Amino acid sequence: MNNNLIYSINGPVVTVKDSKDFSMQEMVFVGNKEMMGEVIGIDEQYTTIQVYESTTGLKPGEPVRPSGSLLSATLGPGILKNIFDGIERPLKELMETEGAFIAAGTTVSPLDEEKLWDVTMQVKLHDRLRPGQIYATCPETELIEHRCMLSPMLPEGEVIFVAENGQFHINDEIVRIRDDQGEEHALTLTQKWPIRNPRPVGYRKPITRPLITGQRVIDTLFPIAKGGAAAIPGGFGSGKTMTQHQLAKWCDADIIVYVGCGERGNEMTQVLEEFTDLIDPKSNKPLLARTVLIANTSNMPVAAREASIYTGITLAEYYRDMGYHVAIMADSTSRWAEALREISGRLEEMPAEEGFPAYLPSRISQFYERAGYIETLNGAEGSVTIIGAVSPQGADFSEPVTQNTKRFVRCFWALDKSLAYARHYPAINWNDSYSEYLDDLARWYDKNVDHEFNALRQEIQAILHEENQLMEIVKLIGSDVLPEDQKLTMEIAKVIRVGYLQQNAYHPADTYVPFEKQFKMLKIISYLNAQAKKLVARRIPVSLIAKTGIIDKVVKIKYDVPNDQLELLDGYFEMIDQALAQVE
Amino acid sequence: MSVQLMGLNEINGSLVALDNVEDVSNEEMVEIELTDGSVRSGRVVQIEGRRAIIQVFEGTTGLSKINNKTRLLGHPMELAVSQEILGRIFNGAGEPIDGLGEVYAEKRLDINGQPLNPVARKYPRNYINTGISAIDGLNTLIRGQKLPIFSGSGMPHDKLAVQIVRQAQLAEGDGKNFGIVFGAMGVKNDVADYFKRSFEETGVMEKVVMFINLSNDPIIERTLTPRCALTAAEYLAFEKNMHILVILTDMTSYCEALREVSSSKGEIPGRKGYPGYLYSDLASLYERAGIVEGVEGSVTQIPILTMPNDDITHPIPDLTGYITEGQIVLDRSLHQTGIYPPIGVLASLSRLMKDGIGEGYTRKDHADVSNQLFACYAKVQDARSLASVIGEDELSDMDKKYMAFGRLFEKVFVGQGFDSKRSINETLDLGWALLSTLPIEALDRLDPEVIKGNYDPKRAARMLNLSGQE
Repeated sequence: MNNNLIYSINGPVVTVKDSKDFSMQEMVFVGNKEMMGEVIGIDEQYTTIQVYESTTGLKPGEPVRPSGSLLSATLGPGILKNIFDGIERPLKELMETEGAFIAAGTTVSPLDEEKLWDVTMQVKLHDRLRPGQIYATCPETELIEHRCMLSPMLPEGEVIFVAENGQFHINDEIVRIRDDQGEEHALTLTQKWPIRNPRPVGYRKPITRPLITGQRVIDTLFPIAKGGAAAIPGGFGSGKTMTQHQLAKWCDADIIVYVGCGERGNEMTQVLEEFTDLIDPKSNKPLLARTVLIANTSNMPVAAREASIYTGITLAEYYRDMGYHVAIMADSTSRWAEALREISGRLEEMPAEEGFPAYLPSRISQFYERAGYIETLNGAEGSVTIIGAVSPQGADFSEPVTQNTKRFVRCFWALDKSLAYARHYPAINWNDSYSEYLDDLARWYDKNVDHEFNALRQEIQAILHEENQLMEIVKLIGSDVLPEDQKLTMEIAKVIRVGYLQQNAYHPADTYVPFEKQFKMLKIISYLNAQAKKLVARRIPVSLIAKTGIIDKVVKIKYDVPNDQLELLDGYFEMIDQALAQVE
Repeated sequence: MSVQLMGLNEINGSLVALDNVEDVSNEEMVEIELTDGSVRSGRVVQIEGRRAIIQVFEGTTGLSKINNKTRLLGHPMELAVSQEILGRIFNGAGEPIDGLGEVYAEKRLDINGQPLNPVARKYPRNYINTGISAIDGLNTLIRGQKLPIFSGSGMPHDKLAVQIVRQAQLAEGDGKNFGIVFGAMGVKNDVADYFKRSFEETGVMEKVVMFINLSNDPIIERTLTPRCALTAAEYLAFEKNMHILVILTDMTSYCEALREVSSSKGEIPGRKGYPGYLYSDLASLYERAGIVEGVEGSVTQIPILTMPNDDITHPIPDLTGYITEGQIVLDRSLHQTGIYPPIGVLASLSRLMKDGIGEGYTRKDHADVSNQLFACYAKVQDARSLASVIGEDELSDMDKKYMAFGRLFEKVFVGQGFDSKRSINETLDLGWALLSTLPIEALDRLDPEVIKGNYDPKRAARMLNLSGQE
């Protein structure tokens, strides 16, 4: 043991000379302060370790202690409502023990060990317990029931001890099983899982249901499926974080895992504050009751930032295995890629594009492939949806992280700086974005929204596309010279842009919009288009139609019709008829 | 703890290597005493077995393998702090250069600081009234925010920083708990002088701590300057409950110094030769702004950076923009048309604005006015680009109105001048007046209710004439 001494130190990377005690990806404790680290390389002479905390003050000759297990996350009740750093240390407890600033070498148990949970047993004596099967449940928050499953790492076995229903700490033994080899395993409320390994599933199911977000541009034009993966690339100030927040607040997942990876401290504070206050419209409970936050802000150690993404996705998979639909927001995956680059540089690896390591694409794909709609080992349905923000350098989408991400996601919401400049939020550019899930989800829309919906979407998209082409002309010679029918297209496209795609996150009626309202709004816009077209065909100029004020009226539907009075929408068809009748 | 080691084993740029070192810790400070009696300081940057690589702050000129003794100090780089540092001037490494002697240290703090636990942060909500319309009205500065000024060579960023200091300071009322920490990295002598003179003229000098690294001072010292400044700021804010405004200029010189040091260490470069950890390094500075729960003070940062070749996608402004909570961008074409402050409104942004304005903070209609102004001004750009092709005369009536609005907006709203200080009410009323020069249909971002109370072309004509004569 004493032979494992630090030999060299370079930033967050330390090496140990001449040791055979370490295995790859093993978690280790570094130095007298016992800081957390992970083995990332072993060669003939040196074992290379990345340290998850600041190495200032560390000396060569200090001991490195192997832990015998891979870098793992502790999974159990108490995860929700909590805020962790990148290696699952609870930040609230850290503040209580350490004060406002995070010092190196603090070990705090990830989950509250003192808290008592109301546990209901789900197995009887002599039951067979298979991996993934639920043996106990407890209410974790107002919204979520926590289901303790036999870890997929353990073999199946016979239950030889079950505790009575009652109150337990997370580390109390509540079930004991004996496997076929006769070995006994004690089960508590928690389990551990190595964060870099995907948790096993029964099988992957085809994607059929959308993740409903209440954001019109997403739900209507570029939907994301439950179990899908989406990327939000955008330069700074284009509203990545804002869009992520909106999705975290309003999407219809059961659980939200929000990973603040190398981003601003104040933003995490804001999420924490807002989610505590905000009430979920569907359940009337605080949004925080279904949320877990992982905050590794930009000034926290870079190696822990690299780990934070994996910690997040492991927590997400754990809740998926219970049979929940989980959405994970990673803000931002570029910071994670930069952490990879930084550590790769310290290891003096051969760089590929822009200094990023050559294994960047495979790491990115490994992350996004952990999304999916699955049947769990236990036969329930669950999903993990990944929404990753990308911060391209200089807002240039051709850089390696954006390009490689694009290869592994099927939904791409390109944020546009010029839209953000005009304060058009969400600044999702309708010409550059795409969603490959449209076909997968078409049947769901048909059945659950309206059979006209897909056609309406296509109409809208066609108008926007036409506007884009007309804009080329307008930019050159002005809009006055366009023929009247094209002027109408421009006018309707404006209605779509301002009245539909643009959505005000601060307006109570507009921050979340149910599908019914989205559909009716589309229908009204389409109706306006059709009726106005008839007039234009009869040589009535568009300016006269605009003078009636009906166009402005349609633009303002989003504010004028609250979500609880959707019947008002039906009146608009008549309004359009009346207004257009004036012109004739 | 004063082991002395004779001589050096290798000298390369600002780095020296020492062999057979024992009991050395990462980032430890060292002193190198030359045979002529002069002392240089340095820091351990890498350890390999019994070899330590040391960065010498004052440079290695005159060092040889034998003419010196090295002493390990046993602690990382620290700054001596006490209430007395107010009014003092230090060099980039935190040593007094105003001839008033050493600071009597209440305590010594590690200049690297420690990351602030996000849970311990208090979300910033109190706005700072800078008296500048383009900032207060459209890109509100919030106490505890980090809001950089993106500028270019030859633009009046220093003047703007001074104006903010002067006017924001007065807004504090008695100004008692207000302080300024000024960190200058690689600035020209005149610039450092300009700030010093301005602070004196404003009468705030006894509230200012200055850390000055001139452009011909050692590069390594430059990488320490912002850390010293922020350590001083954190101390004053979180232990002495002061509201501290930190001005760091020029971040570009800082990053260049970082690149120079990195390349001399032989590190693998990232974009444009800057080290791969530039983002993390900048974040370790910028993230030191904020408010701590339960403490009265605050650290607000206004870093100034000059964009090389006015290129906002250059790594320095780019990475800065990703870390800071918005940016104030100075626009060269506005500057050339004689508008001061030449704030490019569309490219500027304050991320914390949304939660620090409105009822209870500024005024109820603040968000509405600013949104609409942004949207209309964005349309002005469209009209302008069209006009540049077909000529202004050929524009539609609506576009002509936008053109007129744009000119007024830039001249009156943005270009208020160095000596003008506007209250938030004046700023917002002016905003309404400008919006009222447009036809009412143009106000597509506003609730009809809001428009009704404020849209008033007649009053607007009166007001704008009035401001026109000023």
